Order: sequence, then C-alpha cells, then structure tokens
Amino acid sequence: MSGNGGHGATLAEKVLSRASGLDTVVPGQIVEGRVDLAMMHEQGAQTVGPFHDMGATEVWDPERVVIAIDHWVPASTEGAAVLHRILRKFAAEQHLPHFYDVGNHGICHQILAEHGWVVPGDLAVGTDSHTNMLGAMGAVAAGIGPTEMAAVLALGRLWLKVPPTIRVNVHGELGPGVTAKDLVLRLLGEVKTTGATYKSVEYGGPTIDALSMPQRFTICNMTTEMGAKCGMVAPDQTTYDYLAKIAKHPMHPLQPDKDARYERTIDIDVNGMDPMIACPYSPDNVRPLTEVVREHVKVDQAFLGSCTNARIEDMREGAALMRGHKVHAGVRFIVSPASTSIYNQCLQEGIIEVFTEAGAVFTNSSCSACFGGNMGILAPDEVCISSSNRNFPGRMGPKEARIYLVSPAAVVASAINGEISDPREFSS
Amino acid sequence: MKDVIEGRVWTLGDDVDTDQIIGGKYLTIIDPNELKKHVFEIALPEFAKGALAGDIVVAGINFGSGSSREHAPQALRAIGVGAVVADSFARIFFRNAINLGLPTIEAPGVRKLFETGDTARIEMRAGKVANARTGAAVTFPPLPHHLLELLEVGGLVEKVRKELEARAGKATA
Repeated sequence: MSGNGGHGATLAEKVLSRASGLDTVVPGQIVEGRVDLAMMHEQGAQTVGPFHDMGATEVWDPERVVIAIDHWVPASTEGAAVLHRILRKFAAEQHLPHFYDVGNHGICHQILAEHGWVVPGDLAVGTDSHTNMLGAMGAVAAGIGPTEMAAVLALGRLWLKVPPTIRVNVHGELGPGVTAKDLVLRLLGEVKTTGATYKSVEYGGPTIDALSMPQRFTICNMTTEMGAKCGMVAPDQTTYDYLAKIAKHPMHPLQPDKDARYERTIDIDVNGMDPMIACPYSPDNVRPLTEVVREHVKVDQAFLGSCTNARIEDMREGAALMRGHKVHAGVRFIVSPASTSIYNQCLQEGIIEVFTEAGAVFTNSSCSACFGGNMGILAPDEVCISSSNRNFPGRMGPKEARIYLVSPAAVVASAINGEISDPREFSS
Repeated sequence: MKDVIEGRVWTLGDDVDTDQIIGGKYLTIIDPNELKKHVFEIALPEFAKGALAGDIVVAGINFGSGSSREHAPQALRAIGVGAVVADSFARIFFRNAINLGLPTIEAPGVRKLFETGDTARIEMRAGKVANARTGAAVTFPPLPHHLLELLEVGGLVEKVRKELEARAGKATA
C-alpha cells in the first residue's frame, strides 16, 4: 500500500504520518507531530509557569484546548484550590473557552469522549497517563507531562518517536458476567506492565468489532498499564455513530493496512473465559476471579468509579445487580460516576437511589478513591475491591493496603457479600 | 549537561512507579523544594534526607511507570540528582525527566552492577556506565541527537524559548 520498505502501515503509523505531514513513517523515527487536541486537568497548573518561562504569550489555538478538573472536585484542600485558581486565571487570560469547571465537570478523559473532542485520525495529548483511552476513537492519544504541555500550548506540536505496534486480535464471545474489563485484565496478565513500553497496541478482530464505544474506552484506558504510548481501535460504524452529533472537528478516519508490519501479534479467544482479577500489587498480577473467590478475601471498601469503568453502562450494570440487595455490614461502598452528565443520567434513571438505599455512598463525579489523594483513602491493613486501573503500593494511601481490580459487576457482587465475589452468582 | 557524570549511587529495585516516587497525597504541592522532602517515601525512605546534589539514582526495569506526574522528576531535580540510570524506563517519566534537563539513561543490565554507596561514572556520548569501585561497566546506545541537544540547552523550556526568540527575531528582521 505505502512505501514503508514494501509493506503497509499500522494505524499508529498512519495517524503519525498525517500529524507530521509525511507520506510514511517507520518505527523509531522521530517526527514533529501537529496536535489536534490538548487536554489538561489539575496538573495543567504546572504548565502555566513553564509556558511563561518559555516566553510564550499566546496559546496556539484556544479552540483545541480543553481543561477539565477532576482529581479534587470541588477542591478538598487549599493546595487543590490553588491549582484550580491558577487554571481559571490562565483560561481567562488566554481566552480558553473550553473549561469544564465545578458543576459541569467530569473525569478529563470522559469529558473528551462524551463531548467529541477527539475524533478519528487525531493526535491528542493530555496531562494524564490515561489519555490513552481516547485511542478508542482511532486516534493516537498519549499522556505527557506539564512542561511538555507548555511547549504544546506554545507551538501546537511535539516530537514523538514512532512506536512499533503490537496487534491484538480478539475472537469469540464474552460470556454472561464477563466484560471488556476482564478482557483487558487478561491481556495485562499476558503482556505485563512493561510488555508494551513505548509501543502502540492496536486492537481488532470480531470481538472488538462487536464492542460498544464505552467498552472500547475501558480497554484502551488500561493499555496505559502495559506501558504503551497508545492503545487504539480503528474507527468503524460504531465510532461514527457515537460521534455523529458530537464531533468537535472534522474526522480523518484511517485504517491500518492489511500488510502492516507488527512487532508482535497476539491472538486471544475469549470463548469460555472467566472474569479476571488483578491482585496486589500490580495490574498485571492477574488471576481468574473464581480462584480468588475460593480464598474468601474480606473487603473493607468497594469502589465503583474512575475513568476506566464509571460510565452510564457501568452504573446501570452495577445498579441492576445492587437492586434488592444491601451493602454488606462493615463495607464502605463508594460509587462515583465519571462525569456530571452521567451523574444526571443516574439521577433520572433512579440509579442513585438504588445505590444509596442499599447503603452505598454516591458521590459527585471525580477521580474519587482511585488515586489516594482525595477521598476513599484506606488504612494500612485494609482491602479495597475496585473498578479502577491501578493497584500499586500506596495507590490509595498506605503502601500496605491491598487493592484488587475487577469489573463493575464484580465490585457490586463483592460489596453485597463483604468478600471478593463472582457477579455470576447473582445472575439467576 | 556534562559529558561525564560522576556521583554517589542510590539503588532501587524494579517497577518503582510514580506512586512510590511521589505519593498521590503530595500532588497539590507545586514548590519543588517542598516536593523533594517526600521523594521515594515509599520505595526508599532514607533517600529524601540523605541524598545530596550530584548523587545518581540507579534503578531496575520500568522505572517511573504509572501516572504522568512531573512531580517525580521535579523532586529529583530539586535535590540536584545528577542522573537517573535504569535498566528501563516508563515512557512518560523518561520524557518528563529529559524535558526538565535531568539526564536519564536507559542502560539494560546496569542495576545489578551497583550497590548503594558505590560511585558511578557515566559517559553520555560514548554510552558507558561504570562502577568506580568494582570496575564493572555496561554500554548503552547514546541518546538520540535531539535529546542530547535538549539536555545541552537545559531542557524544553530553554529550547522553546530559543525557538520563540528566533521566530520573533525573524519577524522583526
């Protein structure tokens, strides 16, 4: 198809060719990519200093910049209030119109998704590692730090090393109670936390084709835990339908070539697959959930939230399981929707009531308990079952606390039983 | 950036992620001098008090994995760490550190050559890290030209500043 030494291009290579204005690019090549969308959350406050130190006076394109505060919303400490203040002031000075402030807030990646800020063919960067989630749009979406973001705001571009690509082909049908989260956990168990470092992971095959956008978001989101630069799904009708009324700028849909060269190809058959669980202290310490259920692990806290799994579909699935049950005595169950619009949808559908009447705490939208800096902090000897993405030592506070990562349904099942449980137990 | 960097070594293990470098509870701290008091609080608690300017961090695989927080390399830079050398790095940490002008060297096999307290000698352009006590050494592919250049000017802020100045100069010329 193209001239990459006689073979075609992967999806990441196609997007980076477009971003850099080159006919072809090859892995290892360093290119200057034009940025289609730049996103900042609280860490963006640290962008303001370097931006001025660089001598920059104007943001390259205010229409391409989104600010979405999410880690401490509303501010829970003076430090967080100062970060928010810096961002508000910067947005006002630079006339940045797309600021998702308290009341209109949500987790930054979910804001980008539900408002159509990232579309097929884009190069998107954000000051958060889980920016990879937006790769589900058929874009290269990567996390960067605040100093680098300052350069992006000043110049509208950044250097990137073209990554080699791992192709993941998924076949088969996910059984009842088995979700996209279980699929990505299984893959993490195989690829491990360093298996895709600096690389692109391109997901495809009939199982991926059949997934909804929210499910694809979950998978691309946790590609971060493999060390990847980006996780991607080629755009199809599902993508176009999702973006039909919300896309903020024109799409440039790209597909990987049939003869693209992959560094590695992984084939996964999900027929008969069990739900999965990542055990302490790494997201790649993955086992079948049924094994861990047999060990009767008691839980102190359950968390249904985070950019990985707190969309309306996750909330509905959780509420369906919760209905008619109570949160187990001694378990603190925290439910935090991924955005304010999801919160409102939960309100309209009676989902909030289902959770609160069962004894859960339903919070406003934020990163919530996921990152150990705001709420839902654990005591050293406690256990949390979580729908989030990381369980490293210290992730929810003390280094000894133990976090288990599972699907939203498994979080709810465990909150009901007071110990790590299989959601399929409740299916009848 | 010096071509030869020499310093006292602190060793760390594999998979030291950003939560272990700077915990989530410190992310609202902007002042690097405040941040540096909490660096490696989980992974190597004695470091924050004992480390001196010019010391070198030697780690195993996947150093700096996890979040995009620049607080991690900022805290190391505030201490004055001379270089971070590891068997491998996670990508955002690597970029952040280089962007801040902190020499960051991926040298597979380096970790097993060192113990805390040893002296490391790094030759940036030749691509060699040696242990002054034992004489053991590993080679590494030197950083690509544009990254060496970035370190040379002192980081991304300086590089962009020069670029914007040059652009303004052209505009007025």
